[in-house]
Amino acid sequence: MPSSDGTILHAVGLQRSFGSLRVLRGLDVQVRSGEALVIVGANGAGKTTLLRLLAGLARPSAGEVRVLGARVEPSAPDARRPIGFVSHQSMLYDDLTVAENVTLAARLYGLADPVGAARRALGAVELGDRAEERPARLSRGLLQRASIARALVHDPRLLLLDEPFTGLDGPAAARLTVLLEERLAAGVALVLVTHHLDEAWTLATRVAVLAAGRWALEEPRAGDLAEFLPRYHALANA
Amino acid sequence: MRDAIRLALVVAAKDARAELRSKTALLSATVFGALVLVIFNFARDPTALSATDLAPSALWVTFAFAAMIAMNRAFTVEREHGALDGLLLAPVPRGALFAGKLLANLAFVGIVEAVALPLFILFFNLDLSRVFWGIVGTAILATVGFVAVGTVFGAMTVRTRFAELLLPVLLLPFMVPPLVGAVQVTSRLLADRPLSEMLGWLRILAAYDVVFVTVAALVFSSVVDE
Repeated sequence: MPSSDGTILHAVGLQRSFGSLRVLRGLDVQVRSGEALVIVGANGAGKTTLLRLLAGLARPSAGEVRVLGARVEPSAPDARRPIGFVSHQSMLYDDLTVAENVTLAARLYGLADPVGAARRALGAVELGDRAEERPARLSRGLLQRASIARALVHDPRLLLLDEPFTGLDGPAAARLTVLLEERLAAGVALVLVTHHLDEAWTLATRVAVLAAGRWALEEPRAGDLAEFLPRYHALANA
Repeated sequence: MRDAIRLALVVAAKDARAELRSKTALLSATVFGALVLVIFNFARDPTALSATDLAPSALWVTFAFAAMIAMNRAFTVEREHGALDGLLLAPVPRGALFAGKLLANLAFVGIVEAVALPLFILFFNLDLSRVFWGIVGTAILATVGFVAVGTVFGAMTVRTRFAELLLPVLLLPFMVPPLVGAVQVTSRLLADRPLSEMLGWLRILAAYDVVFVTVAALVFSSVVDE
């Protein structure tokens, strides 16, 4: 259940180091139901590391992540249930068909009708006609759509998206935007890391710039992208 | 508990389906096992060493190395396209994930052993009719323990650049106790020795299974998570 103020994701004091390299230096993240936090930053700023911490795929060196009030950690499988994650990698098995991959995800989430849920998720990304193909035979864009279907199959309350527009052509990117807008309207919280700000801008309710493991800026989206871009470049390259 | 068993079976079924489709691990391990047995057979001088003297070592060397090839594959498929992240992200208890991977590995290694055993009988021209089930039982007892250890090491090495190299290096020392026990029991079975002479080794194999399956299940979470 979201808290009384609708908070779905709440992370406090997140730090992550790899040896002597401090990638994240104490980040707080709060995302409420129906909010989309779009995170931008230069390469190596720590965006992907942050998403992996939020998804529970990596342990923070310090700080904690809570989703719907439950602390996300390896020993708490149910805390991960509301999370859907689209990664750089497809997370699909080459030896299974696309439909089998998405059905497997549905089974792992304990859905009552995994085959039906997989069919609906693949339909949502318009991949139903390629469902019986192996991932290795799909183009980069189609693979990305399969990966999105895998992340959406269990109707997550929190969607973490790492460069979701990568490889998508114009119509597919527009379709994904509509899909995400529908999820937002349904109360899903969204954290989106991207370099494709033109596609993500319309989705964003808040934007944040990550630079050297810290928030260089974190504010509600306001104005046009054209006004934001010079500020972003100045902060990202500072 | 029922949900954990269901999830373990989902993970094992996924591995089985993927392997049956690609046949990568089973084919390579089986061919490797057959080649090892052929080499042992032709390298042996029958006037210097009887088949029953060499057979236990040959059988278990074959099982051990073929099993390692089969286990190497188990986590290699998880590395491709970050599929392991998909498993770790899902609300699957790490214990269920371990049980699923262990079940799949046991099935793969069991199939490889089931194919290698008739080849072993054929090449060494042994009559195992009286001791066949004894050897099968010994194989099960010895295999469970080292496959459990191999499952943990597979998970530990999967994120490294040299996973295929590291797994045998880490696993071989842990395979020594069950292999020694299995060779001792097998040689006594082939020599028609009484059960009392094997009981000590069988107890060691059983103790190894209990200890290492338990330890492997307990440490799996800490090695599989980043």
